[in-house]
Amino acid sequence: MIASSWLLVAFPALGALILLAGGRRTDAWGHLLGCATVLASFVYGLALFFASDGKPSDTTLWSWMPVADLQIDLGLRIDALSLVFVLLITGVGSLIHIYAIGYMADDTDRRRFFGYFNLFVAAMLILVLGDNFVSLYLGWEGVGLASYLLIGWYQWKPSAATAAKKAFIMNRVGDVGLALAIFLMWKHIGSVSYTEVFAGIGDVDSGVVLAIGLLLLLGACGKSGQFPLQAWLPDAMEGPTPVSALIHAATMVTAGVYLIARANPIYNATPNAQLAVVIIGAFTLLLGAIIGCAYDDIKKVLAYSTVSQIGYMMLAVGLGPLGYALGIMHLLTHGFFKAGLFLGAGSVMHGMNDEVDMRKFGGLWRKMPVTFVTFGIGYLALIGFPFSAGYFSKDAIIAAAFGQEEPWRAWVFGGAAVLGAGLTAFYMTRLMLMTFFGKRRWAELKSEDGRDFHPHESPPVMTIPMMLLAIGSAGAGAFFVFNDQLAEWLAPSLGAVQEAEHGVIAHSAVPFVVVGVSALGVLLAWLVFGRRDIPVERQPAGAVVRAARSDLYGNALNEAVVARPGIWLSRALVYVDNKGVDGFVNGLAALLGGSSGRLRRLQTGFVRSYALSMLAGAGLLVGLLLMVRFA
Amino acid sequence: MTPTYYLLLSALLFAIGAVGVLVRRNAIVVFMCIELMLNSVNLSLVTFARINGELDGQVMAFFVMVVAAAEVVVGLAIIMAIFRSRRSASVDDTNLLKY
Amino acid sequence: MTWLLAIILLPLVGAAVVAGLRANDRLATAVAFGFSLATLALVVPLWLSYDPDGARLQQTSSIDWIPPFDIHISFGMDGIALLMIAVIGVLVPMIIGLLGYTDKLPEGRSAGGYLSLILVQSSLTIAVFAATDVFLFYVLFEVMLIPMYFLIGGYGGKSRQYAAVKFFLYSFLGGLIMLAAAIGAYVQAADELGSGTFDWATLAEVIPQAPLATQIWLFLGFFLAFAVKAPLVPFHTWLPDAAGEAPIGVAVLLVGVLDKVGTFGFLRYSIPLFPDASQELAPLVLGLAVAGVLYGSVLAAGQQDMKRFIAYVSIAHFGFIALGIFAFTAQAQVGAVTYMLNHSLATGMLIIVIGMVIARGGSTTISAYGGMAKLTPVLAGMFLLAGLSTLSLPGTNSFISEFLVLLGSFETQPVFTTLATIGMVLAAVYVLWLYQRVMQGPVRGDALLGASGGPGAVEAPESGAKKTVRDVSLKELGVLAPLVVLIIGLGFYPKPALDVVTPVVEETVSIVSITEGSNE
Repeated sequence: MIASSWLLVAFPALGALILLAGGRRTDAWGHLLGCATVLASFVYGLALFFASDGKPSDTTLWSWMPVADLQIDLGLRIDALSLVFVLLITGVGSLIHIYAIGYMADDTDRRRFFGYFNLFVAAMLILVLGDNFVSLYLGWEGVGLASYLLIGWYQWKPSAATAAKKAFIMNRVGDVGLALAIFLMWKHIGSVSYTEVFAGIGDVDSGVVLAIGLLLLLGACGKSGQFPLQAWLPDAMEGPTPVSALIHAATMVTAGVYLIARANPIYNATPNAQLAVVIIGAFTLLLGAIIGCAYDDIKKVLAYSTVSQIGYMMLAVGLGPLGYALGIMHLLTHGFFKAGLFLGAGSVMHGMNDEVDMRKFGGLWRKMPVTFVTFGIGYLALIGFPFSAGYFSKDAIIAAAFGQEEPWRAWVFGGAAVLGAGLTAFYMTRLMLMTFFGKRRWAELKSEDGRDFHPHESPPVMTIPMMLLAIGSAGAGAFFVFNDQLAEWLAPSLGAVQEAEHGVIAHSAVPFVVVGVSALGVLLAWLVFGRRDIPVERQPAGAVVRAARSDLYGNALNEAVVARPGIWLSRALVYVDNKGVDGFVNGLAALLGGSSGRLRRLQTGFVRSYALSMLAGAGLLVGLLLMVRFA
Repeated sequence: MTPTYYLLLSALLFAIGAVGVLVRRNAIVVFMCIELMLNSVNLSLVTFARINGELDGQVMAFFVMVVAAAEVVVGLAIIMAIFRSRRSASVDDTNLLKY
Repeated sequence: MTWLLAIILLPLVGAAVVAGLRANDRLATAVAFGFSLATLALVVPLWLSYDPDGARLQQTSSIDWIPPFDIHISFGMDGIALLMIAVIGVLVPMIIGLLGYTDKLPEGRSAGGYLSLILVQSSLTIAVFAATDVFLFYVLFEVMLIPMYFLIGGYGGKSRQYAAVKFFLYSFLGGLIMLAAAIGAYVQAADELGSGTFDWATLAEVIPQAPLATQIWLFLGFFLAFAVKAPLVPFHTWLPDAAGEAPIGVAVLLVGVLDKVGTFGFLRYSIPLFPDASQELAPLVLGLAVAGVLYGSVLAAGQQDMKRFIAYVSIAHFGFIALGIFAFTAQAQVGAVTYMLNHSLATGMLIIVIGMVIARGGSTTISAYGGMAKLTPVLAGMFLLAGLSTLSLPGTNSFISEFLVLLGSFETQPVFTTLATIGMVLAAVYVLWLYQRVMQGPVRGDALLGASGGPGAVEAPESGAKKTVRDVSLKELGVLAPLVVLIIGLGFYPKPALDVVTPVVEETVSIVSITEGSNE
């Protein structure tokens, strides 16, 4: 059974192949095939889940890059961690595939969309199933490609094309980090497979281990939209909403967390790299949350929320054995509620002529009751309402952050996490209030193409996946923490769970603190946005809000430090190459041509001057001979 | 009689020929001066042969004569052809072959 | 007669036949295509007959040419040459298939002349890879320039004469310096053995014994010729002109195959003949290689012309190849050799696809295009695939080679390799930026608005203009399909190619490491 685990990948890969190579012939049934392949993988994944005991079991498909003593195989590892991811990817993936049937119904290229979607699922499965770092790298860049294709789905829009390119390039920066980490493993351990690398990491110089850890972190930052490579993720919202839900919320962007959890033996060996992970996570969670408070674009608020929530996961996995399982748990619950939120946002957009500006929404709860309820459940889960999914997973992370040994760390990172929880409550409440409550601001407006807004509930093919995800958002957390069953299940991959023994705050007090701060955030949001009407136009604001509205100047920084100098450099070098390097060559040619043009003037045509030069030459020769003879 | 005088005469003739080639414009005269130089070389060849008591130099002189005779035939023909087309035997008038 | 001789001679016969068919273009094309397919068919027995673990040179044959100097016309092949010959076999039918729509001949020129030049070129290039006599290699290295000179100068773009002369002079000059070095090697062998020789195998035993200073001078002589050919920065400026002016098919041949003679020369001549010098001067070569990677990438991003763009991309890729060769690890060098193969396929496909774009838009300037994906989705997909292979996305063939080059090089040259990895990011920048400018965004550009073609008119929603740009035709798909299969197939299962070259490369690397040991 486990030996044929390649079927998991083969279903969606085959689907992608048929849909992309088949062309228009497959238009009629392409979307059904797309859903069927992912569902098939899900069913097979479930069967594997029940058949497996969670212990790693590797299958080699074929020898991929065998050169001398280097043996890189395409191999799959079935273990607790990869199975959990398989279920998340194919499970949530199936729901979003089904949702996309409705969402993309008007698109003439829906079949191709499902082709790309299947390609993504296949690549993502390779990423989580690979039994060595190079197989992981294959999936890692494969999902990057799928993400590129899908962000740029509306490719005639320059903004979409630019966003897609930006995502790919910033991911590439991270990929270089991952690649260099692999090179270091090969150089110092002589292998790239998980088994041998993890077994050999103990014998490696600690500086090298730190370098590997930091380079892996760079890769994780690129893929997961963590600081300093976070700027692509909000732009990626140019893609259709199911893409945002599946790729840029539930699965692909969490690959960085997977990478660090998977590489836990490496991180356990290098506390400094762990500290770097924690710092990045804590910083990013605040960054994302602050920016999320300022945006009016519903998808961008959710995108920054994703950045922020992944910050929590990074923080968790950076805590070491305290937090690996917690990070994965938050990743799973986040997969449910954030996918649900995005699908809800998509449903709103579907009913509102693809409008994303929340200032033009308002009072939608009556028009879209199902969307409102499912979205509301997702909202509660995200802000950590007691006993929802987010409550269990996020509180556990915050508690673990407070449970670190060194007090300063506990206060700084725990404090950041609590503050982030308050901000999360604030911006999500703001989003709810602006979208579903208040006055119907859309009534007097028209959409950009001049149509009136007629908000309506989405068809069942879209609402049913939303309901299922809402159930997950409500119950998944409780399910996972029941008897600690998720952590127990993950133990073969991530090591046994450790409880924080001593904390600066009592363990049992943490939920109260978090809920209290969150409630404060909700209250504040209601005071600011709930009690008075929201203007349709954006209002001028103070310095802090302006900074948040421009992504805390992250894009401006990229632009100033990388993009503009790069363009200048490129232009300057083109000039140098044409005028300098090639100019030198052409100058040499011109010099030869010019001097020969002058030299030929010596050929006057007068026989007697030739005779004179012959005489002079002969005289010279004789003189030289005599000199040699007598000197 | 020492061979030195022959060599001196040869050198004198060569110099006269060389100067003639350089300063005269009339093609026929230039041509004659070239002949003069060839013959001065012949003279020194024969003289050296005499000095060394070998026949090589004399044989060489015959070669030079044969070549000179052939050269006269071709050279005069060229001068005639040029004179016919340009009505001039000046070497400075025939300067078409230049840069 | 060996299979190797047959595959050298067959295109020559074809060229002679096709040259006689100048009156009938269709017939000439069909016959030339037939001959190229037959050549491709000969690759199969050639491949099957090659034993990776056998002797270094196989399929050998030799006849006397200039006995006083012990010069022979002798051929033989190793795994590296085999790969290159196979690539030529694959690419030539495609180049011939492009003639018609993608490649148009200038007014009044017959297909026969063009095609026979192409066939002669392919035969000579195969012969260069197969030559095992250093003098013969030199002669073929120079003779190879002649058909290419006429192909660029006779069938190219506006300033084709300039480009052809520049190409010729550059390569010729490099070749002459190599001749001097080859004679130097001959003399060195004469000193050691009593009588000189140009036989590669003998020289490979004798020259490594020479003093380091001698080796360095000879190495530099060969190196210059190969560095021009490959091309390494700063000897590269002929390539953008030549590739920019050449017709598409010729550009494929030039960038895809001809340039590989340079890197092939590093592997076959520079390292085995002058191992000590190679090691001594490796930092120099590596510096040029990494400079090439970065410089070529940045310049590629700044190009305004699509064909010149390809030239700079190739310069960057040749930097990777040189890096892999001179890192002296088996992984890096196998990567470099397969990079030669994969660059031919990936860049070849990119050139062909760009040629199809140019055939539709009638301009080589990037800014003359925009939004083509809307009009020609299949062509856009092919363009993207070629681009992704160019930027070495995992799952495409180029990834295998680039990854192996970097992985292997990192072991011995971590600094140079780390710098070269920046090229990975830059590759994404220049490829995707080109794709965005040509294929994405709203439909725009004079080239497209004025274009007209066969069936398949598309309504462009943005400009409202009726578009009649044709998507990829069946014939064009026939040219592209084998490339697509090879690019993806080799991306997931490169083992056949790796297995063929690994033993040869291990031998080459061991030469260097043996002398390294003896020096200490």
